[in-house]
Amino acid sequence: MNLKPTRLRMCGNWILERFPLAQVWNEHMAHYYAPKNFNFWYFFGSLALLVLVNQFVTGILLTMNYKPDAKLAFDSVEYIMRDVSWGWLVRYMHSTGASAFFIVIYLHMFRGLLYGSFKQPRELIWIFGMLLFVALMAEAFMGYLLPWGQMSYWGAQVIISLFSAIPVIGDDLSLWIRGDYVISDATLNRFFAFHVIAVPLVLVLLVFMHIVALHEVGSNNPDGVDIKKSKDPWGHPVDGIPFHPYYTVKDVVGVAVFLLFFATVIFYMPEMGGYFLEHANFIPADPMKTPEHIAPVWYFTPFYSILRAIPDKFAGVIGMGGSIVVLFLLPWLDRGKVKSIRYRGGIYKKALMLFVISFIALGYLGTQPVTPLATIMARIFTAIYFGFFLLMPIYTRWEKLKPVPNHLTMQPTLEERIPEMIAVFNEVIETQSVTTEDGETVSKTRFNPTGAKNVLVRTAKNLKESLD
Amino acid sequence: MKKLLSLFLLLLSVNVFASGGVDLQEADIDLGDKVSLQRGAKHFVTYCLGCHSAKQIRYLRIAKDLGLDEKHVLKDIAPEGAGIYEQLHSAMNKHDAEKWFGTQPPDLSLIARSRGADWLYSYLKGFYVDKNRPFGVNNAIFEDVGMPNPLWQLQGEQQPIFEVNGEKRVLEKLISSSAGTQSPEEFDRTVNDLVNFLVYVGEPVQLERQEMGKYVIFYLLMFLVISYFLKKEYWKDVH
Repeated sequence: MNLKPTRLRMCGNWILERFPLAQVWNEHMAHYYAPKNFNFWYFFGSLALLVLVNQFVTGILLTMNYKPDAKLAFDSVEYIMRDVSWGWLVRYMHSTGASAFFIVIYLHMFRGLLYGSFKQPRELIWIFGMLLFVALMAEAFMGYLLPWGQMSYWGAQVIISLFSAIPVIGDDLSLWIRGDYVISDATLNRFFAFHVIAVPLVLVLLVFMHIVALHEVGSNNPDGVDIKKSKDPWGHPVDGIPFHPYYTVKDVVGVAVFLLFFATVIFYMPEMGGYFLEHANFIPADPMKTPEHIAPVWYFTPFYSILRAIPDKFAGVIGMGGSIVVLFLLPWLDRGKVKSIRYRGGIYKKALMLFVISFIALGYLGTQPVTPLATIMARIFTAIYFGFFLLMPIYTRWEKLKPVPNHLTMQPTLEERIPEMIAVFNEVIETQSVTTEDGETVSKTRFNPTGAKNVLVRTAKNLKESLD
Repeated sequence: MKKLLSLFLLLLSVNVFASGGVDLQEADIDLGDKVSLQRGAKHFVTYCLGCHSAKQIRYLRIAKDLGLDEKHVLKDIAPEGAGIYEQLHSAMNKHDAEKWFGTQPPDLSLIARSRGADWLYSYLKGFYVDKNRPFGVNNAIFEDVGMPNPLWQLQGEQQPIFEVNGEKRVLEKLISSSAGTQSPEEFDRTVNDLVNFLVYVGEPVQLERQEMGKYVIFYLLMFLVISYFLKKEYWKDVH
């Protein structure tokens, strides 16, 4: 193709001479070499970015009709839901997006725990990521007040009252945060300001720093092998592929799958059984009436559980804060010499499994009313949560490591494992062709107990083996 | 501070819903049943709108969604003098409400979303005679509610059967003590229509969104297939 210096091209060149567009593109996309063996867990970074953009776009549209005023807020949300064209869709995209954000981020963080992505030299990426997580929690907490429903109001009341547990300055501090003696119009207005402009700016800045720091040292991978160690004659990592187009097209597949789930929730279960939109939040905020059961939205419940598990209020606040702070320290708590869980010892695998169980259990308990049994359970799981981190410097030293390969290994992908899954299915469900009395051949399927038992035993054995 | 502490204690206490020993009955919700919704709208205006508003919805929206023409809605459903663009406002003013009931009856636009259809259905069927209450009735689902039974003429009166358990009296069931103008089956249908209408009012767009969802998901499935093959094509040479 012969490109003539057309007017358009000249315009383009005029810009490129003054702005390093091509350079930025190459550095971060076309010439950014990423390990070629990213698996399922590596979709969630780009998905977090997608949800962030979704929250920005729908959020901007919502502010066009939302009224940050204690008298008008609740009705303005219903006005958006009913009278604004497509308002219901925009609002559901935003409310579902909030929950989706936390699902994606929790999975993204779990990936870090699996493959040691927080370890040297990526400590700063982890710190920026943790700051993002804290900013995201602030963003979600303040956004949840805006619909001005009962849960918005009383949830905020409970959380802000936590600050008053701090000795000496506590009461003045919570007064300063609220701008009033109770949650009121003043609080709503400042939360609106923080939610729509201050915290989003911080989020964007931190995302930028998170990605710049990542691209400086390069992406980790499921093997935890440094791909920059072996390079081809042109200086490119042998085990690396350019992010664009390889991972852009791959991430598009992830986006499609994500959007399928996202759309299913938006169109068929926007309340998600009271977890994404709580039932009591359809009652306008009433400072005189406390709801029977105040529960924060699901993504805060693990931390809320830790707060409730500790008997003293101030100690509870410290515990809840500590459960976040301890995550920041992860790169220095982990003394394991190997990054990826594939080559780590059984003790870390078991610890991680216990941690995941306790995190989910704490999350569940946080949605439930307190009973004596639930409190004991929450205390046990809180101990495991902290044990995972605080004992890490000790137990990671004992690890029996497996040899780490020099090059990336390619594990079978999901699609390559389909025949294997079909084989397992056939083992459990038997198909027999039976000739009936009429002489017709009919294939009958029946559940095969011995096959199912074999599969279960094999799975258990594999699980035990993989935990060693 | 004390208030917040007591609130905190409240959080730690066991959550008991004020619902005696009576289980919720299941409402049969079908928003596709336009005739049921139309009957429900009529019942709502007749029996509820006197005290409760539904200020988040307009008569025009009801006309559109329930497949009625505007004149019909104004003549048969809306109260005398209401305009088609108006929301369903109650005739009762705030001052009178506080005087008569001690509190303002809540707006019912979102009651189905906060309480749920089954709760509403059971609540409306759950009034029983209780001479100790200001309006002579109590409720099996919402104990000591400050609301009279608006449907008593249709339902008749119900007497409670208590199970005495030490000092506590637990409501076991309700039995009809005098017949109303409707048979029990007719009354169930009336209440069901009313609840169906309230579920619709809670989120008028729900049928539309479910209808639309099919196309969105179909599109996304197509998008997934195409993007999957695109990825496969690009990744052919990666080993």
